[in-house]
Amino acid sequence: MLTIKNLSKTFNKGTINEKQALTNVNLELEAGDFVTVIGGNGAGKSTLLNMVAGVFPVDSGTITVDGVDVTTLPEHKRAKYLGRVFQDPMMGTASTMWIEENMAIASRRGLTRSLRWGISSEQRAEYMNMLAQFGLGLENRLSTSVSLLSGGQRQALTLLMATMRQPKLLLLDEHTAALDPKTAATVLDLTDKIVSRNNLTTMMITHNMKDAIAHGNRLIMMNNGQIIFDVKGEEKKKLTVEDLLKKFSELNGEEMVNDRMLLAK
Amino acid sequence: MIAFLNSLPGAVAQGIIWGIMAIGVYVTFKILDMADLSVDGSFATGGAVLVTCVTGGMNVWVAVLAATLAGCIAGLVTGIFHTKFGIPAILAGILTQLGLYSINLRILGGQANKTVSASNYKLMLTLRNIPGAIIVAAIVTLILIGVCYFFFGTEIGESLRATGANQHMARANGINTDFTKVLGLVISNGIVAFSGAVLAQYQGFADVNMGRGAIVIGLAAVIIGEVIFGKIFKNFALRLLAAVFGGIIYYVVLTLVLRMGLNANDLKLFSAIVVAVFLGVPFWKNKISQKLPARKNEDSTEQ
Repeated sequence: MLTIKNLSKTFNKGTINEKQALTNVNLELEAGDFVTVIGGNGAGKSTLLNMVAGVFPVDSGTITVDGVDVTTLPEHKRAKYLGRVFQDPMMGTASTMWIEENMAIASRRGLTRSLRWGISSEQRAEYMNMLAQFGLGLENRLSTSVSLLSGGQRQALTLLMATMRQPKLLLLDEHTAALDPKTAATVLDLTDKIVSRNNLTTMMITHNMKDAIAHGNRLIMMNNGQIIFDVKGEEKKKLTVEDLLKKFSELNGEEMVNDRMLLAK
Repeated sequence: MIAFLNSLPGAVAQGIIWGIMAIGVYVTFKILDMADLSVDGSFATGGAVLVTCVTGGMNVWVAVLAATLAGCIAGLVTGIFHTKFGIPAILAGILTQLGLYSINLRILGGQANKTVSASNYKLMLTLRNIPGAIIVAAIVTLILIGVCYFFFGTEIGESLRATGANQHMARANGINTDFTKVLGLVISNGIVAFSGAVLAQYQGFADVNMGRGAIVIGLAAVIIGEVIFGKIFKNFALRLLAAVFGGIIYYVVLTLVLRMGLNANDLKLFSAIVVAVFLGVPFWKNKISQKLPARKNEDSTEQ
């Protein structure tokens, strides 16, 4: 479903801030794979996801989604294939617009937009239904401005919007990192439900090793712009946080030290 | 006082015409969240094209259409400067505005101004018949608001609003934000040129300087409308109407201070101060409410 070949990216090339963010990354995701991505700060997790989404142009390498080479497609054209949820709950929704308007926009991802009226009463009923399944109490607030929602509600809404039109690939960039633990658990639960119901191919970055182990069928660990560990299936199920920490120092020769990760244990 | 009351209808007529201009400013400033300074040029372009076309024998409505299209082209140029040349929106607008000065002079045949007399040509409205002018301007404004209300409710209109609200979200949902920005600038400058064409008929001439400070008047109208009517006017069409009311209030106040003895040369200074104060009001309100203990926002913190 996703094939990344020899992907490299260097930021601020030729300046004193030069940073090699990705070095010859290769990754192949099967349809239905749910891969969690872990790694320290600056490991290249977010860069990898953003390159797939088309936020920055690639230096070298190719990205193929479901057989389509998207390497040079601009972000808005790639959106046709991708559902995205961001770390910042503000980023995935248009906060000054209503819930139903946000959903109407998301329902046309990858389609041509015309001078048809933005929302019909059937769509409204359909959106109400979708929201009701979430149990967040949003189904009767379709004409509420998104700015009045909490971070968790926004992330749930963004998740729904990202999957209203079945994406080839769902990209979750630490989408629970800005939430309190209880809300984060709710949103993760919802993520699992949506992914399994739609059988979505998913990449989820997380700082929480427990979550990385508990969710998905595959786990990759990144360091220094490279994938240093890739585990799937039964082997992944048996992983523990201790295993991961050990693996990291083994492969990298240093401790995987990061406040957020330690706290997340 | 009597003099003030006598000049009130004229102020209302001018206020409505500038209110149309404010709708154009609303599109860029409120919907796309960018300050577009090209309107100072495209307002005069609208007036210049109208006067030149009408005096050249064109039907006034066709001339109005031509003026509007000329404004659209000006907006297109600003949009291309901004999205294809990577020039910040404000600077892109200033460049267009500057270039338009020369173009407007050419449209006016090298003169700084050109008259179009209501006695020689059939015009939409004229200040010789102020009540009639108010009615025509009001009808035109209501139609424009209706069209805008429809457009910004469509799929394309929605994508413009999303672009202004959150570009990341817009792109992640497949919206070409460069295209929507250019489209917004085209629409905005078209509306502004349209209002310039209406004003030229009302006052009976176009002047190459008639747009100087137009952005400030447009902003004043938008902001006055928002500060005064923001609480009661929630609907999009009503918000546009609020901008037009803002324009009327601005001109009524202007007429009042002129009657009270303000030197006409100080008008621009007065406008600048009014806009600065009204722009500051929401900011100050915010600061004050942040200092008070949070009470109202319980709804936004619950999960």
